Amino acid sequence: MSAKRKGEKPAKSGAKTKKVTGKVKSATKAARTLLGRVIMGRHANGMRRVAITGMGTINALGRDVRSTFEAMREGRCGIGPLDFRDVDRLAVKIGGQVRDWEPETYFNRQQIVLYDKFTQFTLLAAREAVEQSGLVFEGELGLHSGVVLGTAAGGMNTWDENYRTVYEEGKNRVHPFVVPKLMNNAACSHLSMEYGLLGPSFTVATACASSNHAMGMAFNMVRSGAATVMLTGGSEAMLCFGGVKAWEGLRVMSKDACRPFSATRNGMVQGEGAGIFVFEDWEHAVARGADILAEVVGFSMSADAQDIVMPSPQGAERTITNAMLDAHMRPEEVGYINAHGTGTAANDKTECAAVAHAFGHHADRLMISSTKSMHGHLIGGTGAVELLACIMALRDGVIAPTIGYEEPDPECALDVVPNEAREAKVDAVLSNAFAFGGLNAVIALRKV
Amino acid sequence: MTEVRDRIIQIIAEQAMLDPAQLKPEMSIQEIGIDSLGLVESIFAIEEEFDISVPFNANEPEKSDFDISSLGSIIAAVEKLVSEKA
Repeated sequence: MSAKRKGEKPAKSGAKTKKVTGKVKSATKAARTLLGRVIMGRHANGMRRVAITGMGTINALGRDVRSTFEAMREGRCGIGPLDFRDVDRLAVKIGGQVRDWEPETYFNRQQIVLYDKFTQFTLLAAREAVEQSGLVFEGELGLHSGVVLGTAAGGMNTWDENYRTVYEEGKNRVHPFVVPKLMNNAACSHLSMEYGLLGPSFTVATACASSNHAMGMAFNMVRSGAATVMLTGGSEAMLCFGGVKAWEGLRVMSKDACRPFSATRNGMVQGEGAGIFVFEDWEHAVARGADILAEVVGFSMSADAQDIVMPSPQGAERTITNAMLDAHMRPEEVGYINAHGTGTAANDKTECAAVAHAFGHHADRLMISSTKSMHGHLIGGTGAVELLACIMALRDGVIAPTIGYEEPDPECALDVVPNEAREAKVDAVLSNAFAFGGLNAVIALRKV
Repeated sequence: MTEVRDRIIQIIAEQAMLDPAQLKPEMSIQEIGIDSLGLVESIFAIEEEFDISVPFNANEPEKSDFDISSLGSIIAAVEKLVSEKA
């Protein structure tokens, strides 16, 4: 997709500007009914509108957006046997792993020695996103652009390898770059350096909601005018012996498959990878004739303040409702929700109850799927990869399925798009993330 | 000791992405094109190569017992540490 678009760009730039202007008009019209008034790229309250102008990814389904969309359309499963050192000592031996990963294909020796795998994934996904956006961060734009990323564990592979060196192998010396490699903000900092982004930049860690929190922050920064462009999303590379062993301890992992919402579900399956987006001030994007992929229109976050692992339906419901309020979106407008849908007994029934309460009768009319069934749970990076499914729904009219679905669960009695992708026109979508620790983050997007 | 010398030059050259033949003993680390992070990495590589411990603190390199003023001084200091170990 990106290659095709890239090839088309020079020849069609005039036509593209025209097309985008047309889209702006229709989006403005839609927003007028909700807000009373929208002037160009601003809301009546002075807030700016936020365009997504680039997207990139690497995950178990593919090393770019095109191949990931293809896999989601086909309902292909990226989960398989894990392949890394000491995997035989694990009880859980499956995951959504990026297969045959050879960093040398993408990075030179000096870079590899400084980049943990979660940073490598981030930079690769960002290359795709920034290239698609066509942005060059020079002068003023660099000063007003930044990065906010989500990750739960940062450089987990670096921790793991070096703990092995000092504990298991008994060595007393580690490589000098261990700290700059493993720190949670490493990927964020390398992105800022790679593109010369001099504005607000930081990393958020809220377990499974990290990416959604990051993208929500990026949205608010562009919306408020604090930044013109934000690179955002998240990354996770926890598939190593220590990473999986830690999760095993909690006894919420499936040994065979991730089957969200199915009565036969028996736990979550870890994944790895990254998703990176370009969030851009609407007026800035329109002025340069950018292809706008979707509009970010709302965000909400909250805390359950109840339990360190058990989710609360009230917390989830409150966050969903507030995201729609923030977006000036009526519940009936929402056609698709990308669920948190981890495939654990607790999450899926709690999430379905929250959706049922938040949407009332409309809950039976909307579609809700969990793409974790295909790419696994990318923990801190998961919301970013899942936002891709939301953009695919809005742009291509294809709803990614919940695969592995075997048997209805009365406690998850919603249209979960079982096993096969569906064609459907949707104008507004939500993406849910409900993290361990009871931290919730929901994002709302609209079709352009 | 020529062998030790050659191995050090090899490590430094690799770090600077230069041909070992381009390095001269009187060159400073800066002239070779190695920054502070590269220096720390080179010292780590030297420690690993010779199984020695180099007394170097990046906070006050001039106060370290390990003279890094030139490639030649580094070679001399490492040779001393290697011979002390033996």
